[in-house]
Amino acid sequence: MPVRTRPAPTADPAVTPRPVPAPRAAVGARTLRKDNWWVEPLVTVVVLVGFVAYGMWAALRNGNYFHDPYLSPFYSPCLTDNCLDNATPHIFGDISPVSPALIILVFPLGFRLTCYYYRKAYYRSFWWAPPACAVPDFRRGYQGETRFPLILQNIHRYFWYFAIIFAGLLTYDAVLAFIYDGHFGIGVGTGVLVVNAALIWLYSLSCHSCRHLCGGGLKRLSAAPLRRRVWARLSVLNRHHMFFAWASLLWIMATDFYIWLVASGHLTDAHWIA
Amino acid sequence: MGYDLAMRVWRGDADGGELRDFTVEVEEGMVVLDAVHRLQATQANDLAVRWNCKAGKCGSCSAEVNGKPRLMCMTRLNLFDPGETVTITPLRTFPVVRDLVTDVAFNYEKAEEVPTFAPGRPTGDDGHHRMQQVDVDRVQEFRKCIECFMCQNVCHVLRDHEDKKKVFAGPRLMIRYAELEMHPLDTNDRRDLLREEAGVGYCNITKCCTDVCPEHIKITDNGIIPLKERVADASFDPIAALGRRLRRHSPADDGTGGA
Repeated sequence: MPVRTRPAPTADPAVTPRPVPAPRAAVGARTLRKDNWWVEPLVTVVVLVGFVAYGMWAALRNGNYFHDPYLSPFYSPCLTDNCLDNATPHIFGDISPVSPALIILVFPLGFRLTCYYYRKAYYRSFWWAPPACAVPDFRRGYQGETRFPLILQNIHRYFWYFAIIFAGLLTYDAVLAFIYDGHFGIGVGTGVLVVNAALIWLYSLSCHSCRHLCGGGLKRLSAAPLRRRVWARLSVLNRHHMFFAWASLLWIMATDFYIWLVASGHLTDAHWIA
Repeated sequence: MGYDLAMRVWRGDADGGELRDFTVEVEEGMVVLDAVHRLQATQANDLAVRWNCKAGKCGSCSAEVNGKPRLMCMTRLNLFDPGETVTITPLRTFPVVRDLVTDVAFNYEKAEEVPTFAPGRPTGDDGHHRMQQVDVDRVQEFRKCIECFMCQNVCHVLRDHEDKKKVFAGPRLMIRYAELEMHPLDTNDRRDLLREEAGVGYCNITKCCTDVCPEHIKITDNGIIPLKERVADASFDPIAALGRRLRRHSPADDGTGGA
């Protein structure tokens, strides 16, 4: 049986005064970095704020998100009676005038908010903890992810379970995008939705929690050859998690924008029907 | 071809110090440590600097060059423009002894808190332990650590919050924990310890430790995040806890390590 370990008991810190730490070098300047360390957090802030602004507009507009056979990923799955598509059951009934996107967005949003890569991105760029390596934290106090609410980052795996369901649903949407009024066809929107589903799968499967749950948590990988192989392949994907995180984020936006352009009549979708 | 390098070096001790300007003649192919040695030989004989192998394998000559943690022996001068002033300071996170030398005892004190390797009873008929290469591949990455302590130095939890040195072990020690937790023969379960005394929750995975590692160990992706996931298994995942309760299997038997 494994032994739950604890360090050997030491002197009671309340009784034994700790030695005062010796001083560090009095360098003076808060950082001596000469490079443009502020560019990366600035770009992150601009892109993420831009995405949040676009996402709010997309989720709240409650219209022009469906143009047969294309459904915007912001509204997939569409589960209310006021949905414009019929690909999934409308289990939430009529909730108009509330946008059906608001029911489902908590899941992809939670997955990205608790994602290990995005945590790095927003802790650096929004929290400034730290803004860049060897550049001091903005705040004096720091509790990391040890207290509420940031301790909730530990439930990332639960959002990953939902992310896999959503990846499946977006794949279903991409398959439906090949069917125009019952006939097989391919359009620009089909390609956009297929790429969207592929990027979502790559982002979800390169997730650190996925890597752990599929095999990384094993102490002896040789005891489970199949899980070891899965873990090894996911580890390759995991090295590119940052790229998939950004690519999938931007492509979701591009997909919704394309569908809005077509649905609102600003653009005609070019497609071929068999 | 030689040129005059403008250097700014921190001189002082625990009572205080300052950045002092020097001009040192250097040649093509030299590294920062060579320039420091030339400075020591020609203008500042009492300059304190710790070094040993000059090959990036002993981890002794860690310092901050233009504000970034680096091994001086592995930092070539051609990284910098010949007209640029190269500023060298000691590691900021640790108490200074003198000039470029710091006291890194904190890291060894933290290392003493890590429960040691605890192999179970040998499973082989000959009384020897057996393990497969695939089981130790990922552990061997962590064994590359040369203990330069640049990861500890750049970690903002330790660097910017002195009080957190009591409650957070730091990335170097996280790698030590990962090495033991993933070892196929080890029987200890350090997950409660990781969450509490070692303070893995203080790491907010901003990856500076990975960025500065001279051995290119993926400290965050391959070490700290898997540890956080193991802690989540034990403390934050009711479904995993229920699964463990239903299975009632020993981690040593099913290879899961409790996952």
